[in-house]
Amino acid sequence: MARSQFCQLDESGRLRHFLTTEGLSRETLTDILDTAESFAAVGKRAIKKVPLLRGKTIVNLFFEPSTRTLTTFELAAKRLSADVMNINLRRSATVKGESLLDTLHTLEAMHCDMFVIRHASSGAAHFIARNVAPHISVMNGGDGRHAHPSQALIDVFTIRRHKPDFTKLRVAIVGDIAHSRVARSQISTLRTLGVKEVRVVAPRTLLPPVPEALGAKVYFSLEEGLRDVDVVMMLRLQQERIQGPLLPSLHEYQACYGLTQKRLALAKADAIVMHPGPLNRGVEIDSEVADGPQSVILQQVSHGIAIRMAVMSMILGRRDSAEVSN
Amino acid sequence: MRTLIRGGRLVDPANRVDEITDLYIDDGRVVALGMAPDGARVEREIDASGLVVCPGLIDLNARLREPGAEHKATIASESRAAASAGITTLCVPPDTEPVVDTQAVVELIHRRAEDAGMARVEVLGALTVDLKGKRLAEMAALQRAGCVGVSNGLRPVANTEVMRRAMEYASTFDLVVFLHCEDPWLAVDRQMHAGSISGRLGIGGIPETAETVAVARDLLLLEQTGVQGHFCHLSSTRAVTMVAKARTRGLAVTAGVSAHQLHLTEDDVSGFDSQCHVRPPLRTAGDLKGLRAGVQSGVIQAICSAHQPHEKDAKLEPFTLTESGISALETLLPLALDLYHQGGMGLSELLATLTSNPAKIIAVERGALGIGAVADVCIFDPDVRWVLEEDAMLSQGSNTPFLGKTLRGRVMHTLLGGQVVHTWEP
Repeated sequence: MARSQFCQLDESGRLRHFLTTEGLSRETLTDILDTAESFAAVGKRAIKKVPLLRGKTIVNLFFEPSTRTLTTFELAAKRLSADVMNINLRRSATVKGESLLDTLHTLEAMHCDMFVIRHASSGAAHFIARNVAPHISVMNGGDGRHAHPSQALIDVFTIRRHKPDFTKLRVAIVGDIAHSRVARSQISTLRTLGVKEVRVVAPRTLLPPVPEALGAKVYFSLEEGLRDVDVVMMLRLQQERIQGPLLPSLHEYQACYGLTQKRLALAKADAIVMHPGPLNRGVEIDSEVADGPQSVILQQVSHGIAIRMAVMSMILGRRDSAEVSN
Repeated sequence: MRTLIRGGRLVDPANRVDEITDLYIDDGRVVALGMAPDGARVEREIDASGLVVCPGLIDLNARLREPGAEHKATIASESRAAASAGITTLCVPPDTEPVVDTQAVVELIHRRAEDAGMARVEVLGALTVDLKGKRLAEMAALQRAGCVGVSNGLRPVANTEVMRRAMEYASTFDLVVFLHCEDPWLAVDRQMHAGSISGRLGIGGIPETAETVAVARDLLLLEQTGVQGHFCHLSSTRAVTMVAKARTRGLAVTAGVSAHQLHLTEDDVSGFDSQCHVRPPLRTAGDLKGLRAGVQSGVIQAICSAHQPHEKDAKLEPFTLTESGISALETLLPLALDLYHQGGMGLSELLATLTSNPAKIIAVERGALGIGAVADVCIFDPDVRWVLEEDAMLSQGSNTPFLGKTLRGRVMHTLLGGQVVHTWEP
C-alpha cells in the first residue's frame, strides 16, 4: 500500500501539499490545531490581517459549486495578506476541449504558489498534486467522496475547545458515511488523535462495502449509537440519495436517523452536536437541536478561517524558510 | 526456404512433447522433428540452445483499436507489438467503431492484419446489432466472413430474453459465445472493486456480485441453450468455483483470466493509480489466489492479455474519470510464466493456457507444432530478467502499471507461418 501512497510531506516531514488527513501524524495534526489557535485571535482584532503570505498568490480552483467553503478559503488567504483568485470551473467548462491538465498548466504559467482544489471526483487533488509544477502546493478543498481534510480539522478544533482530552472521548458520526468525504477525513483524524471510540451510525445502504475497514464501530440504531457519547457529528443527507435505491424517503430517514432532542438525551449530558453544513433542518437534524444549547455548529463555521490560515501558512511558510536556508 | 530451429527445448502441450530437439520448417509448416528430412537443405538456422520453443501464443482477448480509435492504436502497431511478445494469433472483440456486426468490418480487420503481416488476427462478431443488446446480429453472415465466435464485448446484455435467444441462435451455427460477465446495474458508474480500499478512497465500488450474478445467469442460459460459452476474463474466486461446478456437471464451458489479474489486487489502486483502472476490477488478495488456483487446476483454460492500449490523455485525469485498461501484449508471457516460476505449474501445463487451449476454444488449427502444423513459433528464454521500459514498448499505448518493473522471461524470436517476424536485439 505504501508503494503507491502519494506523499504530501517533504523530505523533512513537513507539509508540502495538504491532500488527506490519512498518514498525517498526531504531531502534525496538533501542530495545525495549535497554529490555528493563534490565528483565531486575528479575526477578533480590528485589523484582521497578518503579513505572513504577502506576495504569495493562492488560486481557489473550484470544479464544484460551493459558497461557504470557497468564502472561508478566500478570507483565510486574504487575512494572511496573500493575493487570491477564485476560479469557478463547472465540469462543462473543462469538457469543451480543454483538459484538466491544460487548465492547470495555464494557471501555473501565471506563477501561482498554491491551488486550493474542489472537484467532484475522488482522487482529483492527488492527481493534480502529482502533475503540477514543483513550485505549486495543492490544498484539497474536497474531492468527490474521498477527503475533506480541512473540514475534519475544523471539527476536531471545535471539539478540542470544548473537550481538550481526546483520549476520553466517544464520538458518533451519523448519516451518509458512504458518500461523505467529510466522514472519511473525520474518522482518520479522530483516530490519529487518539479518540477512545469512533462510531458510525447509518443504515447499511449508506455505509461503505466494508465499514469496519474505516476503523470505526458500526451502529445501525441511532439510539444505541448515541448512548454515552461525548460528541455527535451529523452529516448532511443529499436529496439525491432518495432518488436511487438507497433510501425509501426523507420521512423514513428522519424517523430512523434524525437527531431530535429526545434522542440527544441518550448521549452524555454535556455532549456537543456538530454539523458541517448546510443543514437539512427537519431531516437529519431538528431545529430545536441545531439551535439548542448543545449545538456548536456556528462555532465550526467561524473556525473554518483559522484552520485554513494555519494550513496555508504552514505550507507556504515552510517553503520560504527552505528558500532562505538554501 | 528451409528453417532449422536448433537445439531448443520444444514444449508442445497439444502433442505432449517436452524435449530438446531440432525443428525443421519448410513452406510455412513443420516438416520434421529431431532428424533432418531427406534431401533437406537448410537455408536459415536459429540457434535455440538454452531456449524454449513452443507454438506461437494465442491471445483470446486483445483490443487493437482499429477501426475507430486509431489515435489509441492500429492493427499494424499492435500486431508488431504482439510479434515481439511471441503472440502469433490475436482474437479481437467486436467493440470497434463501427462495431463488428457486418461482414465489411470483419473483412477490413482481416485485410489490415494481412497487410501488416506480423500476426494473425481472428475476429469475434457482435452478438447483437451495434452491441445494443436488443436485436440479434447477423451471426451466420459474420461466421461466413470468418468470425471465430460471437460476443457483446464489454457491454453486458441486460435483457435476459435477448441473451437467451442470442445464445440459442449462436448454437444453431456452433458459434462459441464469449462472455464478459458484469451485471449492468451493479457496475454502473463505478470504477474499482467494492471493498475496504474503495471505501477508504471514496470510489464507487463494483461488488463481486456484479460478476457472480452475471456468471450464474449465463451459466444457466448456457446449460439451457447448449451453446458453447467462454468467460473471457474472470476476476473472482467465487466465479471460478461456480464455473468449476458447472464443468463437473458436464457443461462445455471454458474460462479465461487476464494476466494482470494474477498479479495485481485492489491494493494497487490505493494511491489512485489510474494504470490499475481495469474492467473487471482488480479484486482482493484472496481472489488473486483463487484465480491462480483456477489456472493450476484447469478450471481456467486460457490466460489472455486483455490488451487495451490508450493514448496518454486517457489516463491523465482523476482516477474515476480515466478510461479502463492496460496495454498488455508485451507483458503477457512474462506475467503468465510466473505461475511456472513461482506457482508450481509445469512449463508445458502453463504454456497450454497460451497455445493449445485457446486454439481449441476458437477451433483453429494452431497452437501445436506436430509434423504438418502451421509454423507459428515462439522461442523464448524463460529465465532472463528485464525491465519494462516505456521507450522500448512497441504498442502504441504504454499504459501499464508494470513500467519499470523487472519481468522474468523474454521472447527471442517469433515465427509466423515459418517467417521470422521478430528477433530480439538487446
